[in-house]
Amino acid sequence: MTDIVPAPAAWEYAPAPESRAVVTIAPAYGLYIGGEWVEPAAGERFATISPASEEQLAEIAQGGEEDVDRAVRAARAAFPGWAALPGAERAKYLFRIARLLQERAREFAVLESLDGGKPIKESRDVDVPLAAAHFFYYAGWADKLEYAFPGRPQPRPLGVAGQIIPWNFPLLMLAWKVAPALATGNTVVLKPAESTPLTALLFCDVLRQAGLPAGVVNVVTGDGRTGAALVAHPGVDKIAFTGSTEVGKSIQRAVAGSGKRLTLELGGKGANIVFDDAALDQAVEGIVTGITFNQGHVCCAGSRLLVQESVAEQLIAKLRRRMEKLRVGDPLDKNTDIGAINSAEQLARIEELVQSGRDEGATIWQPACRLPEKGFWYPPTVFTEVAQSHRIAQEEIFGPVLSVLTFRTPDEAVEKANNTPYGLSAGVWTEKGSRILWMAQRLRAGVVWANTYNRFDPTSPFGGYKESGYGREGGRHGLAAYLSLEEAGVGGGEA
Amino acid sequence: MPALPGGFELPASLRLTRVGSVDAVALEARAADLAGRSIKKESKLLALDLAIRCMDLTTLEGADTPGKVTALCTKAIRPDAQDASVPSCAAVCVYPNLVPTAVARLRGSGVKVASVATAFPSGQSPTAIKVREVEEVVAMGADEVDMVIDRGAFLSGRYGKVYDEIVAVKEVCGAAHLKVILETAELGGYDAIRRASLLAMAAGADFIKTSTGKAAASATLPIQLCMLEAIRDVHDATGRRVGMKAAGGIRTAKQAVQYLVQVHETLGLAWLTPDLYRLGASSLLNDVLMQLHTQRTGRYQSLDYFTND
Repeated sequence: MTDIVPAPAAWEYAPAPESRAVVTIAPAYGLYIGGEWVEPAAGERFATISPASEEQLAEIAQGGEEDVDRAVRAARAAFPGWAALPGAERAKYLFRIARLLQERAREFAVLESLDGGKPIKESRDVDVPLAAAHFFYYAGWADKLEYAFPGRPQPRPLGVAGQIIPWNFPLLMLAWKVAPALATGNTVVLKPAESTPLTALLFCDVLRQAGLPAGVVNVVTGDGRTGAALVAHPGVDKIAFTGSTEVGKSIQRAVAGSGKRLTLELGGKGANIVFDDAALDQAVEGIVTGITFNQGHVCCAGSRLLVQESVAEQLIAKLRRRMEKLRVGDPLDKNTDIGAINSAEQLARIEELVQSGRDEGATIWQPACRLPEKGFWYPPTVFTEVAQSHRIAQEEIFGPVLSVLTFRTPDEAVEKANNTPYGLSAGVWTEKGSRILWMAQRLRAGVVWANTYNRFDPTSPFGGYKESGYGREGGRHGLAAYLSLEEAGVGGGEA
Repeated sequence: MPALPGGFELPASLRLTRVGSVDAVALEARAADLAGRSIKKESKLLALDLAIRCMDLTTLEGADTPGKVTALCTKAIRPDAQDASVPSCAAVCVYPNLVPTAVARLRGSGVKVASVATAFPSGQSPTAIKVREVEEVVAMGADEVDMVIDRGAFLSGRYGKVYDEIVAVKEVCGAAHLKVILETAELGGYDAIRRASLLAMAAGADFIKTSTGKAAASATLPIQLCMLEAIRDVHDATGRRVGMKAAGGIRTAKQAVQYLVQVHETLGLAWLTPDLYRLGASSLLNDVLMQLHTQRTGRYQSLDYFTND
């Protein structure tokens, strides 16, 4: 059929930015301790910037040892009263927080995208709703703790939880940690990531609105030194950390022998495994989501693609075509698929690992896409002809960089998928139900998704094997990390 | 099996190696993601203009008369009486008996005449009668034939009958373009829609079309996406470009833009022409005209300024 009516030469979408006017950012922030804003003892501050424009958004307090001590003492003082509240009363606060997060969702979404660089459609549709969902979910558990673990009818809170969260999902990781801690009757000292503290600071205003008793949640901003002071503080009963494996190991060394409880949610090198009978176009969607969601700054990212050799060529062709459609740019634009890389430091790490991929002989492919001049950006990248021994097949890149490997048989797929130091996530794509179960039994990964990827739900436990950490967040399992579960009749607490 | 119709004599190496399957959850997630595109300002103007140029203005009622069809044809030629810059629709789609009326009114306008056929909407008549009906509408001057597949045959696994009927209809279409209506709501899922899409394309369809508009459900964004992916696979394997027509249930300009965005991001710009993409609708046009007016002037106009035809 010959064209009679020509198609348009181009269809560029006009900019569709979400308004920044919904959120007010203060020029400088203090620390939120004992229900009040306080100045950091040493008076030190650092800047938080927008990674998309490098503009300074606010001055953030650098919490020192003295500040951490003050926060821990506030949490310690609040603990008996909070733990003694009936579960149903604690639940009321959690429900209130959840509803306030929903009411102020746009504000949180815009702020999250501004400070962290993630596309507004993700902060709006994923981060903020899921954060609210976690508070709703754990609110429901607060008065049912004695039924949560059969044979353990008297679970007791641990005390003060020191929580250190990463920069990739600032508000969501806060919710994953704060919601179960509060539901179980613990009090909290939270240390947000250095580069993305703003939503945690806005969350303090939600706590104020919710009328949460002073000291139950304290927020101390700062860099790695602040986190180290929190880990080392003798008044902390439990440390929960999400971040890099390297830092996780150092925390584990620091708490060894201290009696502090510890959960670690660390790195990953997740494999998306595509069999030849999979729905290929949808597998492509899962692969793209797996590696470009939040610019690939996801511990469970599907950063390795294991594809059955018989469909590899077709799948990779489809994948490239799809990736050419990805829109990289302004995180606040509603049509942006890939936003800004979180920091100059992270961008340098991605660039270093991509260079190693080139040097080691893998074939690199990137779509033609225009990157903004200011800010930190990296185009979606696919490496093919990757060998299991390449660094890009073993190390966590934490960027939109996919390493493609092929396999011939299911056994080989399992072997390759498991053959990294990590064990956080995997995806299996096949139309054959029995094969999904067969694979899930053999994959050493905390999460195995079947015909989907990067799906999160508060009811589902999340955590890793091996160097991906230990302990589970989410679901009933997530309660256990914040409870002392002694045998019936042994414990005498009344939480 | 008869020989493949013209344009589809594939060397074995180029045939689709497998029918493939569709994962509903991921398909619907992708469709929802694309539906979230925010199309503003000049990019919206382009879409609205395109929606009109790709529109098959449709009336398929038992009560259709020459007067009604003539009025609709007039609207299709010049949708906005106040504004000559608004383009004509692609075609007017009518029942066979109204084809001569439409042909007479549309002659020389560039707007095509499309006729439904093959015992529309059920397709439950003997093949010979269906073929005869197509011969007649083509003889009366229809430029395009919108046939329905025999869903009874498809659902009972007699794919050969479905295929043969399409081939037979295509043979008598001559120069007329053949759109094959799958009636997706009756097929029972995306895997079946994909199978029917490939079957229709293999049998010689120039377009594949979602719905008659007479079933309980009509076009949806995930259904169109499923069909676009089948079209893309045929293009990848053969180089042949098959057209897409979404029909039924598309009533607002916003929906029309969502359908066009999906085509744009799935098949690319090449499909954004009435030669390869159509929106079948009876009540969509005025909403598109109203949005077009709003985009241009910044003000909403009362419905009384748009003609009801």
